[in-house]
Amino acid sequence: MIHVEHLHKHFGPVQAVSDVSFDVAKGEVVGLLGPNGAGKTTTMRVITGFLRSSAGLVTVDGIPVSPEEIRTRRLIGYLPENAPLPTDLEVTGFLDYIAHLRGIATTAIPGAIDEMIDTCGLATVVGRPIGQLSKGYRQRVGLAAALLHRPPILILDEPTSGLDPNQITEIRTLIRAIGQERTVVLSTHILQEVEATCSRALIISSGKLVGHGTLSELMRASGGHARYTVALRAAREVIRTALEALPHLEIAEWLSGPTDERQRFTLAGQDPEDRSEEIFGWAVAQNLTLAELTHETASLEEVFRELTQTP
Amino acid sequence: MKNIWTITKREFTAYFVSPIAYVYLITFLVVTNWLFFRTFFVLGQADMRLFFGLIPWIFLFFVPAVAMGKWAEERKLGTLEVLFTLPVCLLDIILGKFLAGLGLIATALLLTLPMALTIAGLGDLDWGPVIGGYIGSLFLGGAYLAVGLTISSLTENQIIAFILGVAASFGLLIIGTPMIAGGSSGPIAQVLQYMGLEMHFTSIARGVIDSRDLIYYSSVIGFFLYVNRKLLETFARR
Repeated sequence: MIHVEHLHKHFGPVQAVSDVSFDVAKGEVVGLLGPNGAGKTTTMRVITGFLRSSAGLVTVDGIPVSPEEIRTRRLIGYLPENAPLPTDLEVTGFLDYIAHLRGIATTAIPGAIDEMIDTCGLATVVGRPIGQLSKGYRQRVGLAAALLHRPPILILDEPTSGLDPNQITEIRTLIRAIGQERTVVLSTHILQEVEATCSRALIISSGKLVGHGTLSELMRASGGHARYTVALRAAREVIRTALEALPHLEIAEWLSGPTDERQRFTLAGQDPEDRSEEIFGWAVAQNLTLAELTHETASLEEVFRELTQTP
Repeated sequence: MKNIWTITKREFTAYFVSPIAYVYLITFLVVTNWLFFRTFFVLGQADMRLFFGLIPWIFLFFVPAVAMGKWAEERKLGTLEVLFTLPVCLLDIILGKFLAGLGLIATALLLTLPMALTIAGLGDLDWGPVIGGYIGSLFLGGAYLAVGLTISSLTENQIIAFILGVAASFGLLIIGTPMIAGGSSGPIAQVLQYMGLEMHFTSIARGVIDSRDLIYYSSVIGFFLYVNRKLLETFARR
């Protein structure tokens, strides 16, 4: 749906985005991840046709954004960072204005607005000017405006920034629901957000694409190792001997005293593969009583830090 | 076309959401009526030449106030990003904002009609020059408005937009006066005289509508709206 090829964008001498290429397929929910000032917003602004690229090609549904930005804008619903909205308009008045400019048939507008008020949970703020709304509601009004024309593509710039935990959960649920049938690109610097909503992530740092793929792919690429915390009711020696049957795992650390009746320890895997079931099977086969088994993946935080650290 | 109308409607009603438009209109009416009737009864002539003579000077402050927020506010709030990612071409947005401002100026002029009716009641008013004067005033207001909009697109600060708008309009108004252009008939003086807003208004204020003057105002409007568009393309979207 979205194709970005060797995108460059500079503001005077400042290189905001350099040589970024990626594709977003139909129906994907992709997270654009990166530290603040990495070039996420700039990339999105080029895709939406707000900014012009300095070099490179961006197409939306096969249509080049420049020079056919008016056509590509029709396909995109865009929520800019911090949801800037005219403060003087009333909620439905604003949606009505956007609906007209989006070219929605006049007869279909009231229905579309009602639907959005329903989807985005705006019923309680209808009739109030946007300037009086809280940040969370503004964000929802912005989202409603972006969704109004049922765009096949939705671009959201930090949709949950500045919201309280309840609102974040609500917006994420909403995004997941929307992502069922639409292509969504969202930017964030919050890693849980990607884990919670996206199927794939693109990691941008200092204007460059430093990593992309599904979350497990990213973890594998960063050389993350899986770790397991295991507790068994057996003596250390017994466990050591039994472990020879598990070739991919080795003991990283003992967490209990050497003579404890129940031994707790961490196992380190040589790869990020999830081997919890194998461990369970092994314990059963060795006739050991398994008291605890926790799988700890290399966290996305680690991957992120590793990929975005400037050397 | 539909988009222009949608934007015009929204931008025009935006004036009346806050008390600003009412403050503008009332101030405008009080000032014009006061300045006009103060001398009207002394002169005792049933015409509105005096009124139209005031217009370039009153509009000098009134019109930049109408224009100041139009882009500056959008820039400050960041709503330019919303507007410029809608499938609407830039020219439509510019024209929409221009027509909305022109609408407010027209409203202000319309509200001075009781003044004309009063004069018509007091003496024998020749309506021809009055209608001509109103049309000319609208064109003059449009020229100031185009200047003000262009300046508004350069800043996020409405006050700066207002002050610079007044300064630029003032420059354009006086550039053709003998004090600046010189009384000579040299080529530079003639060009300056032609460029100045005031020279084109003196005949209008007398009630003479010359198509050359209207063409002049239309080109000033066209030129500044074009500059406005270029500025928005280069500054706002880089």
